Amino acid sequence: MILGIDVGGTHTDAVLIEGFKIRKKAKIPTDAAHLLNSLLRVATEILTGEDPKKLQRVVLSTTLSTNAIVQGKVERVGMVVAGGPGLSPALLPRIPHTFHITGYVNHRGVIAADIDQEEIKAVGEKLRREGIKHLGVVGKFSTRNPAQELRTAALLSDNFRHVSLGHRMSGHLNFRRRIDTTYLNSAVWESYQRFVNDVLQFVRSQGIEVPIYILKADGGTFDVAKSADSPVQTILSGPAASIMGILSMAKCDEDAVALDIGGTTTDIAVFADGVPLLENLGVTIEGHKTLIRGLRTRSIGLGGDSAVSYEEGRLHVGPRREGPAAALGGPCPTVTDAMIVLKRTAIGDGDLAVASLTPLAKQMGRSVAATAEIIFTEACGKIVAAVRSFIDEINNEPVYTIHEMLAGKIVAPKTLHVMGGPAAAMADALGEMLAYRPVIPQHSEVANAVGAALARTTAEITILADTERRLLTIGEEGVQMEIPSRYTAAQAIAVGAEKLREKALAMGAHPEDLEIEVVENQEFNMVRDMYMAGKNIRVKVQLKPGLISGFTRGQSL
Amino acid sequence: MASTDNKRRRTGLIFFPAFDWAISPTHPEREERLLYTQDQVFEEGLLDFDNISEFKPGLATVADIDRIHICVPEAKSVITESHLISAGGAITAAEKVLSGEVDNAFALVRPPGHHAMRVVHGARGFCNVNIEAIMVEYIRKHYGPKRIAIVDTDCHHGDGTQEIYWHDPNTLCISIHQDGRTLYPGSGFTDEFGGPNALGMTINIPLPPRTSDEGFLYVLEKVIMPILAEYKPDLVINSAGQDNHYTDPITNMRFSAQGYARLNEILAPDIAVLEGGYSIEKALPYVNVGIILAMAGLDYSAVREPDYHAEALRQSDQITRHIERTAAEVMQLWKKRREMKKPLVGSAGYVKRNKHIYYDTDGISEQQEETVRVCDDCGGLVMIDSFADTGRRVFAIIVPGQSCPVCRQEGEAFFARMEKGRHRHIYFQDRDRDIYIAK
Repeated sequence: MILGIDVGGTHTDAVLIEGFKIRKKAKIPTDAAHLLNSLLRVATEILTGEDPKKLQRVVLSTTLSTNAIVQGKVERVGMVVAGGPGLSPALLPRIPHTFHITGYVNHRGVIAADIDQEEIKAVGEKLRREGIKHLGVVGKFSTRNPAQELRTAALLSDNFRHVSLGHRMSGHLNFRRRIDTTYLNSAVWESYQRFVNDVLQFVRSQGIEVPIYILKADGGTFDVAKSADSPVQTILSGPAASIMGILSMAKCDEDAVALDIGGTTTDIAVFADGVPLLENLGVTIEGHKTLIRGLRTRSIGLGGDSAVSYEEGRLHVGPRREGPAAALGGPCPTVTDAMIVLKRTAIGDGDLAVASLTPLAKQMGRSVAATAEIIFTEACGKIVAAVRSFIDEINNEPVYTIHEMLAGKIVAPKTLHVMGGPAAAMADALGEMLAYRPVIPQHSEVANAVGAALARTTAEITILADTERRLLTIGEEGVQMEIPSRYTAAQAIAVGAEKLREKALAMGAHPEDLEIEVVENQEFNMVRDMYMAGKNIRVKVQLKPGLISGFTRGQSL
Repeated sequence: MASTDNKRRRTGLIFFPAFDWAISPTHPEREERLLYTQDQVFEEGLLDFDNISEFKPGLATVADIDRIHICVPEAKSVITESHLISAGGAITAAEKVLSGEVDNAFALVRPPGHHAMRVVHGARGFCNVNIEAIMVEYIRKHYGPKRIAIVDTDCHHGDGTQEIYWHDPNTLCISIHQDGRTLYPGSGFTDEFGGPNALGMTINIPLPPRTSDEGFLYVLEKVIMPILAEYKPDLVINSAGQDNHYTDPITNMRFSAQGYARLNEILAPDIAVLEGGYSIEKALPYVNVGIILAMAGLDYSAVREPDYHAEALRQSDQITRHIERTAAEVMQLWKKRREMKKPLVGSAGYVKRNKHIYYDTDGISEQQEETVRVCDDCGGLVMIDSFADTGRRVFAIIVPGQSCPVCRQEGEAFFARMEKGRHRHIYFQDRDRDIYIAK
């Protein structure tokens, strides 16, 4: 048995899956002030009458860290930043309690200026006097050489509860995002730590002894006990849960688009050959651009509750939401009211829907039915336009080789997966306008919990092998090792695969789920003074988002 | 902060490092060239700024090349896909600026193009086709006739661009470079000043070896900016070589990343196109970050090479005086440009010049006789008899953009009458009508 729980902004869902069939579902409103309570209540409800000994795994998805960031309920973080020359500090993310120290690393990973111990100790003393207990230490190009970050942290760590290190956040280059990501990680560390302890205490009290996993923004899971030092990886896991839900419920091994149509917004995600696309660098939350691997989604301000009005000869549909549909007692006509008039959905009071559209119809000089049709077409049209522009953007992403330029993959979706309240009412029309085959997944009301339940562990490893320096660096692991001057990309890939395996197993991955994929493999001759000085090898390997083994996608749950 | 925000511009970046293309494995123009630039641009997070957007380059077409070049025997035989992409990248930069999507754009692409001349038998100075010229004629074809200034800031004289626009009164070519007596291609002296119909439309400012920021910025402020102010171009293009840098392995100048950034801030080009620059680790990452920040109107004051020492790079007083003299000489010529035609041309109807062109990259030697019709109404009909030691001899008849009726009629008549004879091909190129015929 697998227990999947998604603590979302509005609802908390749980599913119990046995033999890859849904045995039970539960849904309760989320108590935003006490997320843990919602989690415990739904778990207690679904486990009532069940034998906890039969559980094989438990997976959670929670908005805890997301909410903490959105609501600003975070710790003060002292940021110690070694940027060296480049962008002026004014152009870096503006975080209070930031101290710029001397020292930096260049693009080859060579220390270009040393750090100053006395300066660092003085910064530590200042932060300590201000009562700051959480730190972030970030250096430019620290993924190319973590030594200065490690040394700085070692000089400071005694006086602080937690120190987040920039290079551990991601193997990607991006100093500004590294600062923001490290800050967020440290800022939510304390509350996440408490959450993890509470969860573990609860499950143990229930007699559950199997691994507990938590969902990350990229749709992968990791062991909750191992997640404590990287809480920021769990932000925005809600959309990831729903995408993984679609992946589990739909036969999807081709290019496809997934829509989650809510009351206010519609989220769009894209699958390439059945794999959900990830953000190139990382997700954005509350204006913080991060290096958190996350699913690439686009959100538009259009949903079932989008308000409809007619002003100055023009029809407006969304992005405003004034309340629920008029048919459900809301204050103004909405897209849902139009769909009720068109008999595309049977919810609410049909008379109220007609009444709400009547003034609009008069203004437009049309019948109520014709007006409803226009509103419906306009709403679908907006979603369709957003899907098209998203696909265009993906297909026009810059590439850096002639090969990719001429033979690059073009995403050409054929299928449209539609979830959310208005899914049944809109799917056919959207499919027709896009010329995609519309599909409404089963159990879509608990898709998030199902997605969490069945998601496997994901991870990535970034390798730079510099044979001139005889040095191999694994950025996000903080590992540097000596290599011989004759070293090949194949050897780097082998090291990457092995390290990825170790990393994933430590994160709680099941050995059968380790489907390793090489996502970057570049090898450059380094020529100095007209002679071959060495090779610069760049390799990235990953476990891509997917479902746990034993489960065939699209199999009936 | 408000004052810096006001300076912000929307900048387009077309980045195409061609990580799978090289002239040869150890050639300066190789896969690795923009690798560290990519690292630095990514690490600084420049693409995350709201006012900086990256665009995928389009592919230039053979028609785009045939609009400006005479390729022997045809375009496809002298280029590879990489050239279509780098020219396409320049065109994309222009498209984004002219459509108003961005305020300015930087095509950080390779391979480069500024040594490629009008007739192309092969590659010279690492260049096959002239990506700026292809872009300029694309702009004129799609956005109408424009007065365009190309400021070539590569350390090597932009001899290809100069040759292509030698007779064009609507294209001002300014090149600052290391003195041709000390560096490839050995040209670019102050007396190279444009053809009889376009006197003053070619400006050369040779600088002595070891010129530093001070010298470059001096000629920018005392020569280039005043000339631009008077010429009033619709567009300014920076042919942005980065080999004036003090660490460049094949040149002898002392320009810095700060200097490059300041130059681009003052020049404020609408479009910049990467040319040379082969100090791939010590210069390009910093110079490119500086240029992008300057174009986007962001603070670049903290951009600095790790080994930068202003004092060690200072130019001598002797160099300063030399540069001041050169600047004065160029301004003198510029002021007299309108009075020079009569004494130079007299009553001649046509003017000829003979050229020997060496294609160092491909080892080809070409003899050219170029004839231009002396014309007061347009750039003048141009005819070229070109003979390369590959054994290929061709003849080209070129009707200029914004041509007068007489030059067009004469060109058409020449082409109709011309028999192939000893020439392998005869080409006819008409810019205004976008016609390119080979027979």
